[in-house]
Amino acid sequence: MDYSQFLYMKEEVSLVGVIAILFLYDLIAGEKGRKYFSLITCLLLGGHIIYNFLPTSTSGAVFGGMYYYTPMMTIIKSILTFGTLIVVMQADTWLRREDTKFKQGEFYVLLLSTLLGMFFMIASGHFLMFFIGLEMASIPMATLIAFDKYKHDSAEAGGKYILTAMFSSALLLFGLSLLYGACGTLYFDDIPATLDGNLMQMAAFVFFLAGIGFKISIVPFHLWTADVYQGAPTSVTSFLSVVSKGSAVFVLLTILMKVFAPMVQEWQIIIYGLIVVTITIGNLFAIRQKNIKRFLAFSSISQAGYILLGVIGGTQLGMSSLVYYVLVYMVANLAIFGVVSIIEQRTGMINIEDYNGLYLTNPKLSFLTTLALFSLAGIPPFAGFFSKFFVFMAAFEKGFYVLVIIALLNTIISLYYYLLLVKAMYINKSDSPIESFKSDCYTRTSLVICLIGIVCLGLAGVVYETISLFGYGM
Amino acid sequence: MNLLLLFVLIPILMIFCLWISRNINQVRGVMVAGSTALLILSGVLTYLYLGARADGDTAEMLFRSDWTWYSSLNIKLSLGVDGISVAMLLLSSVIVFTGTFASWKLKDQTKDFFLWFCLLSLGVFGFFITIDLFTMFMFYEIALIPMYLLIGHWGSGRKEYSAMKLTLMLMGASALLLAGILGIYFSSGATTMNILEIAQLHNIPMNAQLLFFPLTFVGFGVLGALFPFHTWSPDGHASAPTAVSMLHAGVLMKLGGYGCFRIAMYLMPEAANELGWIFLILTTISVVYGAYSAIVQTDLKYINAYSSVSHCGLVLFAILMTNQTATTGAVIQMLSHGLMTALFFALIGMIYGRTHTRDIRELAGLMKVMPFLSVCYVIAGLANLGLPGFSGFVAEMTIFVGSFEHVDLFHRVITIIATSSIVITAVYILRLVGRSIYGEVKNPEFLKLKDATWDERVSVIVLVISIAALGILPLWMNNMIGDSVLPIVNTLVSR
Repeated sequence: MDYSQFLYMKEEVSLVGVIAILFLYDLIAGEKGRKYFSLITCLLLGGHIIYNFLPTSTSGAVFGGMYYYTPMMTIIKSILTFGTLIVVMQADTWLRREDTKFKQGEFYVLLLSTLLGMFFMIASGHFLMFFIGLEMASIPMATLIAFDKYKHDSAEAGGKYILTAMFSSALLLFGLSLLYGACGTLYFDDIPATLDGNLMQMAAFVFFLAGIGFKISIVPFHLWTADVYQGAPTSVTSFLSVVSKGSAVFVLLTILMKVFAPMVQEWQIIIYGLIVVTITIGNLFAIRQKNIKRFLAFSSISQAGYILLGVIGGTQLGMSSLVYYVLVYMVANLAIFGVVSIIEQRTGMINIEDYNGLYLTNPKLSFLTTLALFSLAGIPPFAGFFSKFFVFMAAFEKGFYVLVIIALLNTIISLYYYLLLVKAMYINKSDSPIESFKSDCYTRTSLVICLIGIVCLGLAGVVYETISLFGYGM
Repeated sequence: MNLLLLFVLIPILMIFCLWISRNINQVRGVMVAGSTALLILSGVLTYLYLGARADGDTAEMLFRSDWTWYSSLNIKLSLGVDGISVAMLLLSSVIVFTGTFASWKLKDQTKDFFLWFCLLSLGVFGFFITIDLFTMFMFYEIALIPMYLLIGHWGSGRKEYSAMKLTLMLMGASALLLAGILGIYFSSGATTMNILEIAQLHNIPMNAQLLFFPLTFVGFGVLGALFPFHTWSPDGHASAPTAVSMLHAGVLMKLGGYGCFRIAMYLMPEAANELGWIFLILTTISVVYGAYSAIVQTDLKYINAYSSVSHCGLVLFAILMTNQTATTGAVIQMLSHGLMTALFFALIGMIYGRTHTRDIRELAGLMKVMPFLSVCYVIAGLANLGLPGFSGFVAEMTIFVGSFEHVDLFHRVITIIATSSIVITAVYILRLVGRSIYGEVKNPEFLKLKDATWDERVSVIVLVISIAALGILPLWMNNMIGDSVLPIVNTLVSR
């Protein structure tokens, strides 16, 4: 056996290493050592990112086509790890609480196993490999959601998640079996040659899409989202909304481009419809939300619709803009979740109304939240403007004029509800505003990183240019 | 280093200095220093521009420079100005300068107010100095969003409603605009975002033009108060704080006319000729309807806001006439209207700050208690109705002479209809001035009021001088603008 093949898997190998170190540390560290747990995790993850940062120039397949490597995958994996790193930083305050202190180690190991599952899912070259990755990303996720097990909401959300996840996995598996029946193979490389878009293959595709649509939470597979986002611990919610979603959407893009390329006419129609309903329904429901986590849930549903605009063209521009969008969306969303999380930890307040008058008591936090909301809404000079512009370009390039106009008009609805939150913080007056507090070092660092991201990712053209070097089309 | 870059760098520097400033005196210092620097800079720019033209530099845009930003998407930061942009920059810096003095006494979170104010002016300046579709659109949106907080937080009356309405309507317009810009980019071959290069290529197919011209024109037109999308303007202006009304009516609404002319009509001339008549009818409605609406209003700010709708409609009306005289008039009208409305809003703000009412039925005899402000108010009114000697006369005269140059019946009839707005303007201005400035003092409380303080005088005098200067010596401005509209008008006429 040629062991050099493992060099292609350096991301997974080093992540397994990180998990193993943390696992052992959890076993041997005493009461004192646990204080430095999050620091060690952050350092290890940081080292992991740096180790993988520069993509090696060659792409290739390993294990007879089971596992794929392209430089673009390194980029998306680095982005996901970066997101996880920020989540870990923001989770610190929560994990120091009495009832979660003793299971800090579990949290990190479960979180990173989820990430590992996503890595496998992204790199897979065979549908079974893909399925294993997907399950590996789903099951630890359910335990993370139910992490605050004595809280009713959290336990309930975990139950809901695992049931829906299993159901959608079943659908996906059914789709895969149909695909196997139709094509006689599950290798990504071999399937396209046998695809002609007949009914059975269409059914297989639809079931597959339902399974992955659950992960991305596109309408109509989104019904779990709001409840789970609300119930899960905030750090887990932020992980779910950025990292989990980002990985799934990238996988969807690569599979559509690689495997279902011969059926491009058919899947473009389906994705077209999904984008329209996802953006519109996500936006319309977000307007009515009172709880900020549910609000962000619907906002993230509509953002998923925008991300899919990068998918529909299947072009090089589409892929680069999608990856860039995931990165930009990640920093903005993590900034908001960081603020929500710290406020929830300090005061227990979680409704939009509670944010009234926040600017007078916590100007820095509300300023950051405003910038992040502007970035999500696509207001320049923040990064969100650039990423939105690029995905619109990607869809427009392929002639989806009406779709782009629908999406553009939807940005107005989204701007409306994002401004409602801005209005709560800046304009509304409150008798009992959230009191002024100082956040801890980890949260502050993570928020500063997000702030830099929000401001600089767009203005510095080099980020997108680097990503677009490695993008490829159908 | 390009001189034009300073127009963006100074506001950024101002934002940074405001960020670290600790008390109101520092904030004021930063604002005065920054806005004076901008004023001087635009004066220097005008001088250099005229000098370069006098030396025989006939390039369409001067002070050109390019920096590549996103090379794979052909996005560049391209700077360049012609006579129109120089005039607009001059206008913007005057308004920013006077706006600073007009909000001298603002107490409530002064620092944040000026922070957003600087961001707004950053967008405005950036829009006028760039000639790249992407960066123009970016600066355009930068100029829009601070309005929400400025009106929503520091405004008066139904401020939250107005702020939301204004922001959503303008952002909705910019959504259409974005579609239009992408359309222009991709149907011109997706090789460049530079306006000059796209105009030179001139390869946008007719059916694409017919699709994207209305999107772009309406997208910019909403900001220029095009009927029936003007409804954000009266509410927004009425609720906004003084300096924001000034900047918004004075400069931001000009972004609309400028964009229509420079992007929509210049890049898609065939569609502009084909569809121009629809928009001509709409703008004529804006002109006449805005003036009629102003008659029935009783709130000073609403009167002025509707008058703005009418006057800004005239800008769009004139550029759709596609001849050199009318379009030159349009640009002068932008300048003139910008200065006049800014003066109006500044004075209304000062009067409201004293009397705490803007209802003309309650105001009377202000001439007796605050003569300085009242005299300036009368001057603003007379300039607004187009009295010779002030800028309004020059602008409207040029527009209507130019419009009437058209030989066909449709254009002539529509010119006559639009001209009637001058009479209606006279009606509401004279009624307004007669009711609120002259007559007996109704409310004895008013007798205690004081006249303008020094900071208010600075703001008002600068504006009055500018209006009179433009009215008395219009020729150099006329020549500067007339040369620059020529390439665009030629494109429109020859196709």
